Amino acid sequence: MRYVQFMKHPLFSRFARISVIAGLALGGVGLLLFTLGISPVDIGVTLARGSILSLQKFGHVLTIWIPLLLCSCGLLFTFRAGLWNIGIEGQVVFGAIAATLLLREENLGLPAAATLILAHILSFIGGGLWAAFAGFLKNRGGVNEIFGGLGLNFVAQGLILWLILGPWKRAGVASMSGTEMFARELWLSTPPGWRLAPAALVIACIAFAATAVLLGATRFGLQIRATGINPTAARLFGIHPGRTGLLAMAIGGGLAGLAGGLQVSCVYHRLLPSISSGYGYLALLVVMLAHYRLRPVPAICLFFACLAAGSIQLPIVLKLDSSLAGVIQGACVVSALLVHGLQKRQRGEL
Amino acid sequence: MKDFATFRHVLIFLGVLLGVSGNPLNTVAADYPFGLLMVGPANDHGWSQAHFEAGQAMEKILPGAKMLYIDKVNPADRPGITIPMLVDDLVGKGAKLIIGNSDDMKDGIREAAAMHPEVQFIHISGDDALTGKSGANLSNLMGRMEYGKMMAGFTAAMTSTTGKIGYLGPLINAETRRLAAAAYLGARHAWVNVLKKPAAELQFKVNWIGFWFNIPGVTSDPSLVTGSLFDSDYDVVISGIDTTEALVVAGQKKKAGKEVWAIPYDYQGACAVAPEACLGVPYFNWIPGYTKMIGEAMNNKWQQQFLWLGPDWQAINNPDTTSIGFMPGNAMGDPQKKALADFQQALAKGLNLFSGPLNFQDGSTFLKAGETATDAQVWNLPQLLEGIEGASK
Repeated sequence: MRYVQFMKHPLFSRFARISVIAGLALGGVGLLLFTLGISPVDIGVTLARGSILSLQKFGHVLTIWIPLLLCSCGLLFTFRAGLWNIGIEGQVVFGAIAATLLLREENLGLPAAATLILAHILSFIGGGLWAAFAGFLKNRGGVNEIFGGLGLNFVAQGLILWLILGPWKRAGVASMSGTEMFARELWLSTPPGWRLAPAALVIACIAFAATAVLLGATRFGLQIRATGINPTAARLFGIHPGRTGLLAMAIGGGLAGLAGGLQVSCVYHRLLPSISSGYGYLALLVVMLAHYRLRPVPAICLFFACLAAGSIQLPIVLKLDSSLAGVIQGACVVSALLVHGLQKRQRGEL
Repeated sequence: MKDFATFRHVLIFLGVLLGVSGNPLNTVAADYPFGLLMVGPANDHGWSQAHFEAGQAMEKILPGAKMLYIDKVNPADRPGITIPMLVDDLVGKGAKLIIGNSDDMKDGIREAAAMHPEVQFIHISGDDALTGKSGANLSNLMGRMEYGKMMAGFTAAMTSTTGKIGYLGPLINAETRRLAAAAYLGARHAWVNVLKKPAAELQFKVNWIGFWFNIPGVTSDPSLVTGSLFDSDYDVVISGIDTTEALVVAGQKKKAGKEVWAIPYDYQGACAVAPEACLGVPYFNWIPGYTKMIGEAMNNKWQQQFLWLGPDWQAINNPDTTSIGFMPGNAMGDPQKKALADFQQALAKGLNLFSGPLNFQDGSTFLKAGETATDAQVWNLPQLLEGIEGASK
């Protein structure tokens, strides 16, 4: 009797569902690898060893986890508001450009700490404004945020290339390799032996907590949700869907911009053409896999970060191309989406 | 009950999948593991493959040496992954010496060398060992490819019927300016001193794509750039990038009946991509440099150094002794082969094409009559030379 009650407990049901998804996803990947003549056990052990089985490597994982989490949090705002913020890549890029604007200046006359703080604030504002522009195009120009966002991604990419090859290029060099490195004191501080700036981790955790509070425990969160579920009905409660959506875009873009700021101050210490590292697009997958819910996001981000960091080991240990990690990632996503789809069909939602 | 059974099966499956019992993976147990970070794919028929094969050769030449490698080390192919991260992984696998094979890795290698003072680093094509920007655990290695590029330019001018030679450049820096200038000097030497034609009739155009290889959406497409050069009557394209697009396009045009040729770069076997259009290839042979530097490190005789190794003029294609070679291609005619052999002999005897009078592209004097360039002047060439069309900075 107790056993049956335990089976019906929502916690168990959720755990079982997650296990089934993980099992199917990994099973599908395992089968794929097996047919390619690659041992799934070798791959699993190699990825684990390259990501979570040493503190140093876990530092690498967190370096990837932080911007991915920030982008995912940003997307939660926009998805909740019923907006597809495909322009998130451009927002990361714009945030990185905004931070670089300050960090590349040698004679600002400000203490390093103040410059760093200002640079990250600027990256938040930069990303936020870029996203708000997409929202503005939607509200005032009737441009769907998907197309507006995609267009702005191209503009941001063009802008960063122009800056790196033009006004911000290294002396005597025109290369896609990026700008000159920032002065050492303008790198986000990393303690000796660490591979991660603790400040970046703190920023990411605060951003996650703030997202949880804003979306889950404030009137504003409720307004965003109402806008996303039914904008027409939301008006009846005095909510302005356009304005709420614009604000959600600005906050989401701000978090993505902050991710871009951390990429330049903490990871690369200079501006690169591929500074976003594709985290914006990856975050879209994260949030969809999380079913637009907040709680699973950190764990899914961690899984993807482990795959990315652990994949370095594939060519070293197994002489396999590390793009195999991308195949594993894709197969996991497809499997999980398939399970979600089947569950929906079972419930009669499809 | 059904749920529980499913759950149990999933757990068992996960256990099997991720289980560590009977772990087949062992850490590398060689006497001297060394790491190789390659900017491109290990099978690119170009720059990275030349390094990869030299690394493989070390395992035979130096008993105990064992190569660990990671290819495609660039932010486009490995988003979010930095050089220090990769170095941490290689060091974790026991690497005692690490080679970074691209100028693009300069900042990352410098950072990693500071993080791992106990590990030796060889940065290819940089000059930190000269400028003092790094610690004693970082040395530089490069080949004197100026000679290879002179041969490439010479062969191009001897073959061209239009007198228009294109140069497919990567990014712009001192190294690439130096190599483009060397190719031009070789071409001008053939045009003026061998073919006895006026220098003004030779056109030499450099088109830069922005990086060492094509990054879609970021660099210019090397295939399109080469195609547009051929379509503008440039009948020979010399490649300065790490991959073989120039030769591939030349092969396609050749098959379509156009009389065009290309000269690839970096890798001895690069002509295999389209032999019918290949005039030859100047290539790096990293075996002598690697043998010296890794051998010294293995014998605890490491010292910080800047090695800029040239061809073995007695046997320019001897894999054991030459650092720069030139492999003639199927499309090179017999008269050109003979002229090239004479040119190589002249270079071996001391012919220096970096001799005055030479002007920079902006008309300012580089070398006065009777002057020859020092190594430092050639290494740090600040501009392209007068007579070359294309951006200098």
